[in-house]
Amino acid sequence: MSIEALPVESRAALSAGAGDLRRQFLRDLVHQKAFMIGATVLGFWVLAAIFGTLVVQDPLAQNLSAINQAPSASHLFGTDQLGRDVLARVIVGSRSILVTAPLATLIGTVLGTVVGLSMGYFRGIVDDILGRFVEAFLALPLVVTGIIGIVALGASDTTLIIVIGIVFTPLIARTVRAAVLVERDLDYVAAARLRGERSLYIMFVEILPNVLAPITVEFTVRLGYAVFTIVTLSFLGFGLQPPTPNWGYDISANVGAVTAGYWWEVLFAAVAVATLVIGVNMLASSIESALDAS
Amino acid sequence: MSTTASPPAPGETQATAADALTLSGVDISYRVRRADQRIVRDVSFRVARGESFGLVGESGCGKSTIALAVVRYLARNGRVSAGRIEIDGRDVLSLDRADLRRLRARTVSMVYQEPGRALNPSILVGRQVAEVYEIAGAPRSEALDRAREILARVRISDPDGVMRRYPHQLSGGMLQRVVIAMALAAEPSLLILDEPTTALDATVEADVLDLILGLRAEFGTSLLFISHNLAVIAKMCDRVGVLYAGELVEEGPASAVFGDPRHPYTVGLLRSIPRRDGGARAPLQTIPGSLPTPGSVAAGCVFAARCGLAQERCRAETPAVHRIEDGCGERGSRCHFSEQAQSLPIHSIVAPDSARIADRAEPLIRARSVSKTFQASGQRVRGLHQVDLEIAAGETVGLVGESGSGKTTLARVLMGLTAPDPGAEVTLDGRPLAPLAGARTAADQKALQIVFQNPDSALNRRHSVRRLISRSLAKLGGYRGEALQARLQALAESVRLPERYLPMRPSQLSGGLKQRVAIARAFAGDPQIVVCDEPTSALDVSVQAAILNLLTDLQHRERVAYLFISHDLGVVRYLADRIVVLYLGRVMEIGPAQSVLDGPHHPYTEALLSAVPTLDDSDRERIRLEGEIPSAADPPAGCPFHTRCPRRIGEICDTTEPEMRVQAPGHEIRCHIPVDDLRRLQSAGGGAPSASAGR
Amino acid sequence: MAGFVLKRLGLGLITLWLLSLLVFFAGQVLPGDPARAILGPLAAPSAVAALARQLGTNQPVIDQYGTWVGHLLTGNLGTSYQYQAPIAPLLGKALGNSLELALVAFVMVVPIGILGGVIAALNVGRRVDRVISVFGLSATVIPEVVSGIVLILVFGLWLNVLPIQAAWPPGAGLGTQIYHLIMPAIPLALILFGYIQQMARAGTVEALASDYARTATLKGLPRGVMIRRHILRNSLLPTITVIATQTGYLIGGLVLVETLFHYQGIGTLIYNAATSKDFPMLEAGVLVIGAAYMVATLAADMLYTLLNPRLRLRGVE
Repeated sequence: MSIEALPVESRAALSAGAGDLRRQFLRDLVHQKAFMIGATVLGFWVLAAIFGTLVVQDPLAQNLSAINQAPSASHLFGTDQLGRDVLARVIVGSRSILVTAPLATLIGTVLGTVVGLSMGYFRGIVDDILGRFVEAFLALPLVVTGIIGIVALGASDTTLIIVIGIVFTPLIARTVRAAVLVERDLDYVAAARLRGERSLYIMFVEILPNVLAPITVEFTVRLGYAVFTIVTLSFLGFGLQPPTPNWGYDISANVGAVTAGYWWEVLFAAVAVATLVIGVNMLASSIESALDAS
Repeated sequence: MSTTASPPAPGETQATAADALTLSGVDISYRVRRADQRIVRDVSFRVARGESFGLVGESGCGKSTIALAVVRYLARNGRVSAGRIEIDGRDVLSLDRADLRRLRARTVSMVYQEPGRALNPSILVGRQVAEVYEIAGAPRSEALDRAREILARVRISDPDGVMRRYPHQLSGGMLQRVVIAMALAAEPSLLILDEPTTALDATVEADVLDLILGLRAEFGTSLLFISHNLAVIAKMCDRVGVLYAGELVEEGPASAVFGDPRHPYTVGLLRSIPRRDGGARAPLQTIPGSLPTPGSVAAGCVFAARCGLAQERCRAETPAVHRIEDGCGERGSRCHFSEQAQSLPIHSIVAPDSARIADRAEPLIRARSVSKTFQASGQRVRGLHQVDLEIAAGETVGLVGESGSGKTTLARVLMGLTAPDPGAEVTLDGRPLAPLAGARTAADQKALQIVFQNPDSALNRRHSVRRLISRSLAKLGGYRGEALQARLQALAESVRLPERYLPMRPSQLSGGLKQRVAIARAFAGDPQIVVCDEPTSALDVSVQAAILNLLTDLQHRERVAYLFISHDLGVVRYLADRIVVLYLGRVMEIGPAQSVLDGPHHPYTEALLSAVPTLDDSDRERIRLEGEIPSAADPPAGCPFHTRCPRRIGEICDTTEPEMRVQAPGHEIRCHIPVDDLRRLQSAGGGAPSASAGR
Repeated sequence: MAGFVLKRLGLGLITLWLLSLLVFFAGQVLPGDPARAILGPLAAPSAVAALARQLGTNQPVIDQYGTWVGHLLTGNLGTSYQYQAPIAPLLGKALGNSLELALVAFVMVVPIGILGGVIAALNVGRRVDRVISVFGLSATVIPEVVSGIVLILVFGLWLNVLPIQAAWPPGAGLGTQIYHLIMPAIPLALILFGYIQQMARAGTVEALASDYARTATLKGLPRGVMIRRHILRNSLLPTITVIATQTGYLIGGLVLVETLFHYQGIGTLIYNAATSKDFPMLEAGVLVIGAAYMVATLAADMLYTLLNPRLRLRGVE
C-alpha cells in the first residue's frame, strides 16, 4: 500500500476531521476584527428594527409645542419640525431599509446568477446578446436607472425593491460570468460532458458550487450598495412615503432646517446610514478575505 | 555588519574565504495562522569557489526556500530562525540594506523557473539587461553596448533584434537565455539556478543546460543548482545535497551519491525512476507512507516513518551527519545506519504479469485524416494535420511531442471535446464515432474515458471523493443503490484509495491520491480505452512510480488500451507498446516502441532521445537542435522539421513535405533521408542513443 | 488600432441603441398615458386627449419611437414638456456645468487616490495600509447624502469656511467658481477615492509579488528605482480603466450632489424631468449620460492598449 505525502497545508485541516473546511472558514472569519465590528453593527440595527418600538417613544407622535428642540434628557436626539422624537425615528427608521435592501439584493443575486451562468456556460450568441444588455445597463449610473424605473412603475417600497433588483442583475451577472468562464475551461467540466451530463446539470451542480464564493462576496458588497441606493432614492423622494420613519426621506424633509441651526434633525439619521453601510461593507470585506484564505 | 571580510564562522561547516556559499545550521520558519512552522531544519553545506552544487528533493522539501533565504528574499512571514549564511565569507543575514543591495548587484544572482515572468512585461528586453550595467555605474549607451555583448555570449544570434523586443514576443528558451545573460552580466561569484529548465521543452532544456555548462566554464561562476530532476542534477553538478522534509539527508560528490547512495531516502528515490535497463513494465519501486508535517517529528529521524530499515533507535534519536570515508571525497549521510542504506527492502505493489496482450487483429479505435484548425486572433493555427492512428484492444500507445505538437488536441478530438475539421473519420470497434461527446451513445461514452493531466482541474473541488466516483458509476456504469456502494468499495480498493478518504474533498488529498480518484472515475464504466494525458507530469517522481504501477496493474486486470501522452520519454519507454511522435501537428514517426527507440529513427526522435538527461549514461554524445520550435500558426513549408533538423539533406527538405515511409514492419518515418542512410548516420554520428551507453 | 476603435465604436452604438429602447419604453410606455400622468387623475378626459394629440402620444408606440429616433439622428433632441423649449441648449448648458463639477472632483481625487493606494501597497499588512484601506473601503459606500450633510454642517455652518450653495454669483471668475465647487466635489471625491485607492493598491501588491519585481530587486536596484521603473507602470494600468468607468458613477452621483447643493447641472435636470414627468428631457438626458460613459470607457481602453505593449503589438508579430 502506498499513500503519498499529503500536502503540508491540508494536514491541519485533516486532523480537524470531516466538514473541517467550513469550520476553518468560520474560524478565519471570526478572527478578523472587521467581521466582529461589522456583525455587531448589523446586529444592533437588526435588533433596533425588531425591538426598537419597545424602547423608544412613538416615532409618529407629533408635538407641535415642542418642535425643533435640541437634544436634551427627554429627547436625546432632539425633535424635528413636527416635534417628533428624532431618536425614535432613527431607531425605527432602520425597519424599512433592512427589509428593502436585502430583498432587492437577493433578487439581483438570483437573477444575476442565472444570467451570468448562462452567459458564461453557453458563450457564443447567448453571451453576445445578453452582454449587450448588460453593457447598456452598466452605461447608466445606478441612481439614474433607479429614477427611470421609478418613473415607469411609480414610487413605492416594492418598486424600489424591484428596480434595484433589476439594476443589480447585470452587475452580478458580469461577476458570475467571469467566474464561470474560468470554471468551464477546467477539466472537471469536460469530464462531466464525457459521462453524458446535461447542460443544466453541469451549470447548476458542477459549476455553481464553485462560483459560490464570488457570488457570496458580491451579495454582501451589493447589500451595502443597496442601502446606499435606497437612501439616495428615498432622499430624492422616490421611496416609502411619509409619515413612516425612513432615513433618506427624513434627511430630505429636514435638510432645509439645517441652515436654521437644527442640525440634529438630519445628522443622526445620516450617521445611522453611515454606520449601517460601513458595517455591511466590513462584513463583505472580511468574508472576502476569509474566502480567499480557504 | 561591516563590509570587510568576516573571520570564518564557528560551526559545523568551516567557512573559508574560498567558499562561494556556506550554510551552517540553518533553520527557516514561516508564520502560518498565528503559529511558527519550521520548514527547513539544521541545513549545512558549502559551495566551493567554482564548484557546482546541486540541491535535489521533491516538492515541499524546502529547496526553493533555501535559495530565497540565501538572497534574503523570503516572504514576509518567513525568517531564518537559526544558523548562518555566508556568501564570499560575508554574513548575509546581518547585512544592512545598502550592503545587501551591493551584494545582490555584484556577488550573487538568481535564475528561476518561469522565464516569462522573470522579466518586466512592459520594458524592452535590452533596457532590462542594460540596467544591470547602469547599476554598476555605466552610462546608458555603454550599458546598452555591454548588454548586446552579454546577449551574444549566451549565444543569442540576433542580440539587437532581441533587445528591441518585449518579453512576450520571445519564446521561453530565448527568455531563459536573456535571464541567464542578465544574471551573469555582473559576473557574480555565485549563481543560483532554481529549476531553470523545468518549464521548457526537452530539446530546449537540453540546449539551455549545455549553455549553462559552457558559461560556467567560461565565467568560473559557482553554481547552486536546484532541481527535482535527479538526472539534470547529475549532469550539471559536482556535488549534490538531497533534501527531505526540510533536512539535508545526504550530501557528497554527485557520482558517489547517485552511484552509491548512503541514505535510505536517496536509495528509494533512485529506485523509483523508470530505467532504460529496467525491462519493460517491471514494476517501479515506490516509497511507502507520506511526508511528515513540518515540526511533527519531534525526535528521531525525519524519514523513519517511511523507512524499511528503521529501528527503535531511528525513532528515538535524531541522527547526526555521519561522515562517510570511502575515498569519494567529502560526503555525509544523516542516517544511523548509512552503511546498510542500500539494503533497503524493495517496496513495490504489483506482481508483474509479463504475458502481454498482443492480439492486434482489428484495431479498437481508428482515426483517419484527423486535422484540426483553430482560429486564434485572426490567424489560422494548424493544431493537427492529417493524423492517422490506430489503437488495438489492450495495447498502450505512447504519444510523444513537445509543446505545440498537438498531442493534447489529438486527445481532445478522440474524446469528442473538440470537433475535428470535416473529413476526419474516427471509428470505435468499426462503428463511426460522433465528433462531439454529447452526440455519442452511452456505450461509446463509457468505452472511451480520459485521465487528465492536472487532477486539481479534473476533479470538482466542491464534491467529495465519494460523490465524484459515485456519479461516474451511476452515469457510466449504470449502478444504483447497494450495487453502487459495493462497486464503489471495489473500485476504490483497486486504485488503492483507502476508504477514509471517501468523505473528503479533493483539496484535502495529495497529488497522487487525487490522481487515483481521477483514475477510479475513468474506470467506473469498464472502459475499453483510456486516454492518459500526462497523468504524472504534475507529480513527484516517487508518486509517479506508484501511479504508473497502478496503471499497468489495471491494464492487466481490465484489458484496457491506453493512449498515453507524455513529454517524458523515460515514462513512455517504460509503458508503451507502440510510440507515436508528433511535431507541429504531424505524425513524424510511428512504430513499435523498441523499434522506434533503437532506430534508425526520425532525426526529431533522435534529438528528443538525446535531449533527455538520464542517470544511466551521462556521457552520451548528443545531437542538439538549433533554434526554436516554430509557431503552429505559421508552420514551415516542406518538412515541418527542416528549420531545426541537424540531418537536413538539402532543398527537398525545405520545399516538399515527406511521405510516411516504411522503415520496418509497422514502423514508419516521415523523412526524405533513406532508411539506410539514417541507420548509418545515427550509428556513426551520435550513436543510436538507446543502444550504446557511452563510448 | 483603427480596427479596434471601429469595432468598439460599433459595439458602443449598439449599446446606445439598446439604451434608447430601454429609456423610451420605460419612459413613455410603462407609466401608461403620459398626458394623464402629466395632468393628474383629476383632469378632464378631453384635456388629456388634447394633450396626447399635442405630444404625439396618441400615435402607435412604434411610430412614436421611430419619430423620436429619427429626430435624434438629425440632432433634434425634442422639446421639453416642462420648459416648453428645445432640449438641446438646456442640456448643453447643464452638461457643461456638470463637467466642471466632475473635473474638480477628478483633479482632487486622482492623485490622492493613486498615492494612497501605492502607499498602502508598499506597507501591506501594516497599520498605514489598514488605516488607508479601511478609510477607502468605507468612503466608497457612504452615500453622498450623508457625507454632503456632514460637510455642510461642519464646513458650511459651524466653521463657515465654504459656501453651502454650489451656484456662484453671476459673472464670477474661475477661482470663485472652483471655490463654490469644492464642497460639492468632496462627496464625489470620497467615493472615487475608495475605488481608485483599492485598484491602485491591488495592482501594486500584485506587481510587488511578481517574479519580475524579484528580478529587479535581486539585480541590486535601489527600492525607489525598482518601484518607479518596474512596479508603477504595470500596477497603475488597471487603475486607468477604473477611473474611466467611474465617470459613469460620477454622473449618477451628480444627481444627488447637485440637488443637495442646488447646482444647475445635468443631474438636477434629470431629477426635475423625472419628478415633473418631462419624458423627452429625461430620455435625452439619460442618452447623453450613456454616451458620455461610452466615450470615457472607449478612451480608457485605447489608453490601456497604448500603454500595454502586449496588447499594442498584438497582430504585429
